[in-house]
Amino acid sequence: MSWETVIGLEIHVQLSTDSKLFSGGSTSFGAEPNTHVDLIDLGLPGVLPVANRGAFHKAIRFGLATNAKINQTSTFDRKNYFYPDLPKGYQITQMALPIVGKGSIKIEVDGEEKIINITRAHLEEDAGKSIHDLFDGETGVDLNRAGTPLLEIVSEPEIANAREAVAYFKAIRQIVTFLDICDGNMAQGSMRCDVNVSVKKSDDTELGTRAEIKNINSFKFIEKAINFEIDRQIRILESGDSVVQETRLYDSVKNETRSMRSKEEANDYRYFPCPDLLPVVISDNELKEIKDNLPELPDEKEKRYVEELNLDLSEAKIIASSKTMASMFEGACAKTNDSKLVANWLVGDISALLNKENIDIDESNLTSDNFAKLIERISDKTISGKIAKSVLEEIWETSNDVDEIIESKGLVQIQDESLLETIAQTVIDNNPSQVDAFKGGKDKLFGFFVGQVMKETQGKANPQSVNKILKRLLS
Amino acid sequence: MSIQYKSIAELKTMLNNNEISNAELIKETFSLVKSNAEINAFITLNDEESINKANKLDDCPSSGSLAGIPIAQKDLFCTKDLKTTCGSNMLSNFIPPYSATVVKNLENAGCISIGKTNMDEFAMGSSNETSFYGKVQNPWGKNLVPGGSSGGAAAAVAAGIVPAASGTDTGGSIRQPASLCGVTGIKPTYGRISRWGMIAFASSLDQAGPIARTAEDCATLLNEMCSHDEKDTTSLNEDIPDFTENLNSPINGLKIGIVKEFDLSKLDNEVVKVFEESKKHYESLGAEFIEISLPNISLSVPTYYVVAPAECSSNLSRFDGVKFGKRCESPKNLEELYIKTRSEGFGDEVKRRILIGSYVLSAGFYDAYYKKAQQVRRLIKNDFDSAFKSVDIIMSPTTRGPAFEVGSKGDDPIQMYLEDLFTIPANLAGLPAMSIPNGIIDNKPIGLQLIGNFLDESRLLQAAHNFQISTDWHLKTPTGIKS
Repeated sequence: MSWETVIGLEIHVQLSTDSKLFSGGSTSFGAEPNTHVDLIDLGLPGVLPVANRGAFHKAIRFGLATNAKINQTSTFDRKNYFYPDLPKGYQITQMALPIVGKGSIKIEVDGEEKIINITRAHLEEDAGKSIHDLFDGETGVDLNRAGTPLLEIVSEPEIANAREAVAYFKAIRQIVTFLDICDGNMAQGSMRCDVNVSVKKSDDTELGTRAEIKNINSFKFIEKAINFEIDRQIRILESGDSVVQETRLYDSVKNETRSMRSKEEANDYRYFPCPDLLPVVISDNELKEIKDNLPELPDEKEKRYVEELNLDLSEAKIIASSKTMASMFEGACAKTNDSKLVANWLVGDISALLNKENIDIDESNLTSDNFAKLIERISDKTISGKIAKSVLEEIWETSNDVDEIIESKGLVQIQDESLLETIAQTVIDNNPSQVDAFKGGKDKLFGFFVGQVMKETQGKANPQSVNKILKRLLS
Repeated sequence: MSIQYKSIAELKTMLNNNEISNAELIKETFSLVKSNAEINAFITLNDEESINKANKLDDCPSSGSLAGIPIAQKDLFCTKDLKTTCGSNMLSNFIPPYSATVVKNLENAGCISIGKTNMDEFAMGSSNETSFYGKVQNPWGKNLVPGGSSGGAAAAVAAGIVPAASGTDTGGSIRQPASLCGVTGIKPTYGRISRWGMIAFASSLDQAGPIARTAEDCATLLNEMCSHDEKDTTSLNEDIPDFTENLNSPINGLKIGIVKEFDLSKLDNEVVKVFEESKKHYESLGAEFIEISLPNISLSVPTYYVVAPAECSSNLSRFDGVKFGKRCESPKNLEELYIKTRSEGFGDEVKRRILIGSYVLSAGFYDAYYKKAQQVRRLIKNDFDSAFKSVDIIMSPTTRGPAFEVGSKGDDPIQMYLEDLFTIPANLAGLPAMSIPNGIIDNKPIGLQLIGNFLDESRLLQAAHNFQISTDWHLKTPTGIKS
């Protein structure tokens, strides 16, 4: 009898609002400890929260993009527990009536598509950070993050393995970045997830006892933690023991999960409606405006690229899957007509450079203006594709203007066929033995002659013309 | 000319006629505070700044409607740079970096906040015996409680030290001490006055209001205290009328409801007699009485003692020794920090309510207690809604009797909780309600409660003012107060 895994993810997405969920405090990352904390974030006696409508709008965008039910009236609850980085002794969250109800998202693993249902997505405030390693024998508290808006996205337990979990996480990340509601920066903790894992016998109808692994913030660790946990649970079950319902932590150094607290030790959060906040009501007009301004999502882009711009499906997929890539593509296409050439360069040479340096396209020196110009110069035959590669490399290094690079380096393509013919004739005259061999049937030597002409012209010769002329002269 | 027992209206006249300077008024106020120190009405005095402000007003007069009027602020309102303890050891070192909206509103009108008044710890109590800073004496008798939780506020006004004080009322904390000290107090509609800067006890019930010598002064104060505040989403975005406008309009034909379910036969004869006399007086003013039924009203006290502790247990979680307020000495670990800080910082009554609140919110009990209480609360509100279809205001005694002796209810929390029997329903329903002095029993004052419809404070104040211009109960003063 084989084992079957059931996984559910709770993903915490930090919404990219300027101010916090219930205060005017700044949400920017990396400031000195406790400098982005206002009276409300500190939970001073007498302060009151005011809900940030911008956070609601961002949550609604997510809901609309995942075909979810939007609850136009949603409420806040308090989740009570003591922790030093939780200033009020409770977290304000949406338990009873979240802003986003049931929705779904499509994932793809090995070319197979699967729909993962999303139970709900609710707004809540983040806690601060406890700093255990800075002071000897003491713990520091940094409340900069306290009150930052989070959207907690809860999946149905429909994920079958670690790879699906990663694909689901990536799909969520793609959507939130496309919607511009989160920067997707996992290293800074803008996206984190809790993973619920259980295993059961394939023919069991009931779910097994689950363990929750808290606070994982990289694709790699999600995969490793889940795989470790599946093995651990199967080992326990096969030895005849039972899995304990508990919260576990993933240790990336040892690659193992460790018990944090069991169900018996779990907090009773004593949820109740937050009496400081009235229900938030989203009007029909407000909802319509958000709907009307929803950006185009990867699937829609992919479809449009293929149908309207004649891109190959594989190219369209690559470009549409990344927000920055798509925006570079669309920016360049707006300034040049040859969208297929734009796509070729993006998927080919540019992706290669990006991969080599392991950066995102918006971190490179390439602008859509300069990129469009490069494509134009190829289309109008000012430069050859080969020269274009060196121009691209120059842009990569210096971000100089395409035309300036071409001019200053004298890279304009030689189109003058009589000049090219003279050069080709000289090459032929200087290499009699190769000419004899070619004529004797060594067809492959044709490339040698092209290469020589290119060498003589420092690569500036129009390759089509060179081919044509050489064919004529060598026949 | 003495300023003691003067109303705001009288002090304004004295100031306008230059019978007294702003500085003299404030200095005399502090001398009254000092000569009556044994009343223990104040936790913290703001003498230096108050005198500076008064001097400034003498140099450069202000047009504010309350310019130069000394006011005592309940020590539950945050006051910038002035210690705010909420009557608790937990906040014995807490100096807020900001002021409550209601404090700002009063100061913007020219009021001088002369100090912070004593109160039951975190506003939990009906006798002012739970204050960490000692009991407050009722000016009407050394061994009498002033009521609570705004006991210091009511005592300071009753002793004639200040003409007005701010208070808060979660289950009767303005009206009950007003009744026991023989002064006038009003709790407006929930949401009329911003809660920003009020240290929360039970957020859905807490409402600030004034305590003063007359309904007229209460109206003047309310004009300044009420405001829509974007910092408090439960603050009402409704027009704020001039509450003084209709004070003198006669109350012919005013329909007054008497609650059938308030069984007055259980009260002392004297209390009933005082109440009946007030009814007769209102009849003489042209009012008519109609018996109304509030079928669920008997559930008010138990409902309140689920909702209020539940909210308090959560609101008081922030007092953990980590960021502000008291922290215990050298805790061994985090858990001990919490346990010791909270054990030392909170008094028994606060602990009792945190325990009740944590219990009623806990998994498995939430539906049976908190959820059920919220449902009953809705029913009580509906009862009032139907009642106000046939009456303009509702009248009852404010308290079951006059001030009781210190310590007489100390061992029995239930007896103490019943103190608020008549006052709690208005908090649960969010309705405006006030207490005005209407009699004296054994040399102890007692008050009459008027409950109004949603946002109908003006009519309450009008009914109260009509009573006060034709009676003198509000002018009675205790004996033995030092001048």
